[in-house]
Amino acid sequence: MYAFEFVKPKTVEEAVAALREGEAKVLAGGQTLIPTLKQRLAAPEKLVSLAGVEGLRGIRTGDGVVEIGAGTTHAVIARELAGAVPALAALAGDIGDPAVRNRGTIGGSLANNDPSADWPAAVLGLGATVVTDRREIAADDFFQGLFTTALEEDEIITAVRFPMPKTAAYAKFDQPASRFALVGVFVARLDGNVRVAVTGASENGVFRWQAAEAALGADFAPAAVEALAPPPAEEMISDLHGAGDYRAHLVKVMTKRAVAACG
Amino acid sequence: MVEISMTVNGKPVTAQVEPRTLLVTFLREHLGLTGTHVGCDTSQCGACNVHVNGMLAKSCTMLAVEADGAEIVTIEGMAAPDGTLGVIQQAFQDHHGLQCGFCTPGMVMSAAALLRENPDPSEEEIRAFLEGNLCRCTGYHNIVKAVRAAAEAMG
Amino acid sequence: MPKDHGIGAPIRRREDLRFLTGSGRYTDDINLPGQAHVHFLRSDVAHGRIKRLGTGAAAAMDGVIRIFTARDFENVGGLPCGWQITSRDGNPMAEPKHPILAEGKVRHVGEIIAAVIAETPEQARDAAEAIEVEIEELPAVIDMAAALGEGAPKVHDDLPSNLCFDWGLVEENREKVDEAIRNAPHVVTLELVNQRLAPNAMEPRVAIGDYDKATDEHTLYTTSQNPHVIRLLMGAFVLGIPEHKLRVVAPDVGGGFGSKIFHYAEEAFCTYAAKVVGRPVKWTSSRSEAFMSDAQGRDHVTKIELALDEEGHFLALRSETLANMGAYLSTFAPAVPTWLHGTLMAGTYRTPLIYVNVKAVFTNTVPVDAYRGAGRPEATFQLERVIDKAARELGMDPVEIRRRNFINPDQFPYETPVALVYDTGNYHATLEKLEELADLEGFEARRQESAARGKLRGLGINCYIEACGIAPSNLVGQLGARAGLYDSATVRVNPTGSITVHTGVHSHGQSHETTFPQVIAEMIGIPEDQIEIVHGDTANSPMGMGTYGSRSIAVGGSAMVRATEKIIAKAKKIAAHLLEASEGDIELKDGKFTVKGTDREVAWADVTLAAYVPHNYPLEELEPGLEETSFYDPANFTFPSGAYACEVEVDPETGKVEVCSFVAVDDFGNVINPMVVDGQVHGGLAQGIGQALLEQCVYDENGQLVTASYMDYAMPRADDLPSFTVDHSCQTPCTHNPLGVKGCGEAGAIGSPPTIVNAVIDALQRGGIEVDHIDMPLTPVRVWSAIRAAS
Repeated sequence: MYAFEFVKPKTVEEAVAALREGEAKVLAGGQTLIPTLKQRLAAPEKLVSLAGVEGLRGIRTGDGVVEIGAGTTHAVIARELAGAVPALAALAGDIGDPAVRNRGTIGGSLANNDPSADWPAAVLGLGATVVTDRREIAADDFFQGLFTTALEEDEIITAVRFPMPKTAAYAKFDQPASRFALVGVFVARLDGNVRVAVTGASENGVFRWQAAEAALGADFAPAAVEALAPPPAEEMISDLHGAGDYRAHLVKVMTKRAVAACG
Repeated sequence: MVEISMTVNGKPVTAQVEPRTLLVTFLREHLGLTGTHVGCDTSQCGACNVHVNGMLAKSCTMLAVEADGAEIVTIEGMAAPDGTLGVIQQAFQDHHGLQCGFCTPGMVMSAAALLRENPDPSEEEIRAFLEGNLCRCTGYHNIVKAVRAAAEAMG
Repeated sequence: MPKDHGIGAPIRRREDLRFLTGSGRYTDDINLPGQAHVHFLRSDVAHGRIKRLGTGAAAAMDGVIRIFTARDFENVGGLPCGWQITSRDGNPMAEPKHPILAEGKVRHVGEIIAAVIAETPEQARDAAEAIEVEIEELPAVIDMAAALGEGAPKVHDDLPSNLCFDWGLVEENREKVDEAIRNAPHVVTLELVNQRLAPNAMEPRVAIGDYDKATDEHTLYTTSQNPHVIRLLMGAFVLGIPEHKLRVVAPDVGGGFGSKIFHYAEEAFCTYAAKVVGRPVKWTSSRSEAFMSDAQGRDHVTKIELALDEEGHFLALRSETLANMGAYLSTFAPAVPTWLHGTLMAGTYRTPLIYVNVKAVFTNTVPVDAYRGAGRPEATFQLERVIDKAARELGMDPVEIRRRNFINPDQFPYETPVALVYDTGNYHATLEKLEELADLEGFEARRQESAARGKLRGLGINCYIEACGIAPSNLVGQLGARAGLYDSATVRVNPTGSITVHTGVHSHGQSHETTFPQVIAEMIGIPEDQIEIVHGDTANSPMGMGTYGSRSIAVGGSAMVRATEKIIAKAKKIAAHLLEASEGDIELKDGKFTVKGTDREVAWADVTLAAYVPHNYPLEELEPGLEETSFYDPANFTFPSGAYACEVEVDPETGKVEVCSFVAVDDFGNVINPMVVDGQVHGGLAQGIGQALLEQCVYDENGQLVTASYMDYAMPRADDLPSFTVDHSCQTPCTHNPLGVKGCGEAGAIGSPPTIVNAVIDALQRGGIEVDHIDMPLTPVRVWSAIRAAS
């Protein structure tokens, strides 16, 4: 690691102020940032830890909404939402491994927007709202490509607000080495519409598979997906673990499996 | 340099560290607790697993300054003060759950975390929980057996 | 009731106490006073000419002590190769210099260009990044066939081509084999890849060099499987330090699997630099460095042809392999695809005619050397795959075709057409045991149950043989080894009867500290806790060749037995004197010497005390003291064998393979500690299943290592594997070593890859998908692609 200054503000305002001075980066759970720093792939002058900021942790449910504080760890979400929104709990409970889940946070994952991360699929799949220190951003506007979001340099996610789905499920096919999603598909039935969000697969990061949404809107059953052509292979990531055609195929398979899991 | 204080295996420690010091470096190099190992640099092998405030964490993926004020338990804190092995440690010996011993501290810390949250795990649950601990020697067979035996011994 | 003591007892391991409490002493746990740290600047291109190295700015940075480049090593030798292969035309292999630091050219990603010594590891790394490097990139050769093609770029400019050697076994059989294959009613051909693997011992390598000016003594602490070999190679061939001024210490070592046999540049560097800078110099490898600096394994491309008659009897076998050496010859690299591979092509079968050709090739990749099994997995894989294919083409049962061709129990000793003499074995017995334990009868019902869930279930069978404890020295010398392959033990009996054994082998997971005492405890009849094993330090163990190739108990253990026999013989003389009896009437049992047919006895500890306090002692006939050393050079290899079965489920929609069950029946001869042997098999199976399904080193066309971390190199994890059923009750003891042991460390890794692949192909075939072969690893994408191509 390169040397850096470490600050631990107590409020969101202090944190934002700290981010405005010099080349600073937010440190949430650190489960992506610290490995990045260890590999010397980033050289911030300052890390602004959110660990001491009040009010960023915890889950509130009610009025058809689940609001998760940005600093809430995957482990807490997996445990506490198991009853209320099993799809989110299951997704959270399959991120990384137990030690990673104890420190990694939903806010950190979303701000990083790794194309193989799981949370972007849930946020986009449920049409959630990303709440920051200064505004609310709809999921459809938040994700802007690989490792790119609508966040400004000094903007901090404070919470994520999910609408309560009628049913939802996440089907993930692991990349065999990293266990990140080679393809992960989040399917949700909400009031009046079906949303299908895909992570791991696309060159452009998480995306909505609109053909599947339309088909499932008409007939919410695996057979409705079966009839579809997979998304275009040339838009999918091609690597050692699967060329574009394989990923495109898996998008379809995982979508069917997620629909089946919705019951 | 930043001053940090924490409790490690029940003993309070205070030290000056550079902010870029990893918790594992602090434990190994500053405190001489070399039981916690480093087996990778991408946060996947789990050889560095310790407990931070009672929760399993990778000490290679955490800064020492992040552990300021925390209670840390490492493999050196798992046996009784008189050296008697804890139930999990004993089960690892009884069931030959280790060979070269390098991944073992992390395995024991993970097993302890698992049994705290799930005192009666199935083989499948044990294997799933150990997803973040790589072992190249045992094929995991005897590790799974040891964790299962520890669960039974703890009743 | 299992025994609780001596040979055959499943005694718990004493070494566990330190490992389970964090009190092990691995090399990285050692910090010497005044120690400095080195960071190696490594090449990020696979092939290039070094135009300029600007170290001025880096040298002026905080904490920097000194920067080394190749110029500082002009008077230092290259890393030696320990085995010379002779090509079919009689010429010795091409043996290019393997410099400590790259000289003029870089030949693989990860090769060391410069080294920075600084006060802290981070400062050393900061400065290494500040070195100005100008490299003219050259076209890289990665693919072996391309490397041998006309006009291919040369890895070593001073060699005629990228061919290292072209080797045949047995050359005189070549034409006969060709003819037999031409005339056979059936010839089954398979082209396959045995992919490159990264060994991945969980402990990354570490080296600490130390130099004592007062005594002119060098010490190297290193993560080695064989400290004496490192001392000899580094002292004599690289640095020119005589053995009495060089000590090599390999303390607790966190796994090796072959990768810690070899002498590496970093070891020589730290030893050399410690004297230059006058301070201890420490290097700790990161995992990322390990991926591009630890010798890798396998990497063969093979065409195998099996000729059969109408009844499925094997008539002849021809195997042609390209073996990747990487950019330089690692310590034992040339032995792996040749003598450790070609000689195993007979397997457990009576094939009368066999010819093996191996062409070794230089490429711009990390050097390749022995990895768990070393050559034998590659032999077993091609043989057992082609047999499976033959069974299918001839419409025979895969179990039956193997049984039909087995060497029969009454045919031992059996001389194969590929230069080995198997001393003993019973392949029918292990196969029968397998049929029972694997419930082959019940497979069809399980297959239908899987099918009901949309999964394709398959059954894979494999019968392997391996050769362990490579020997004898005079023979391997003729075959090109530049080292002996004996081992040694000094058994030092202490005055009050406890025993310290100094062994030339090294334990890095194999449990010698527990199992070796069981042997002596059995021989003398004293408790194991009276016996201590000392290893891993050239200063306190006799010259030995270390631990690899499943040799520790067969070779090192035999040396210990021989030394203990000498101890017992001498102790009997002392006992005879004390008991005033004739030496021939003395018996040793349960730690007591008795006079045959009487109740006169003297305890072990009274005899040992007499040896060191020789007041009542036959000094005119016997020297005092009780310490003996033996060097044991085996008469032959040992030949463990076994029969394996596994069942897999293939998800036809995604290509994902799940291993449902795995049964391993092994004949290891006599077993010292069955618990430890089980553990060795489990670990081998996991590595073999890892090879079959998950692991691969992949280079792109420019020689960049794509799988350079655990993000892309898939290590087997707990939930990738089933629980195993292992059995070693079929025992045909080795006939030529005193313990009747064969070695068990590599079996699992040798026997499991073809078992898994056979099972996956079986699953697809039974599912009506005509797939003959898929190259390892059988990742989801590969299996899915094969299914798609077939349908």
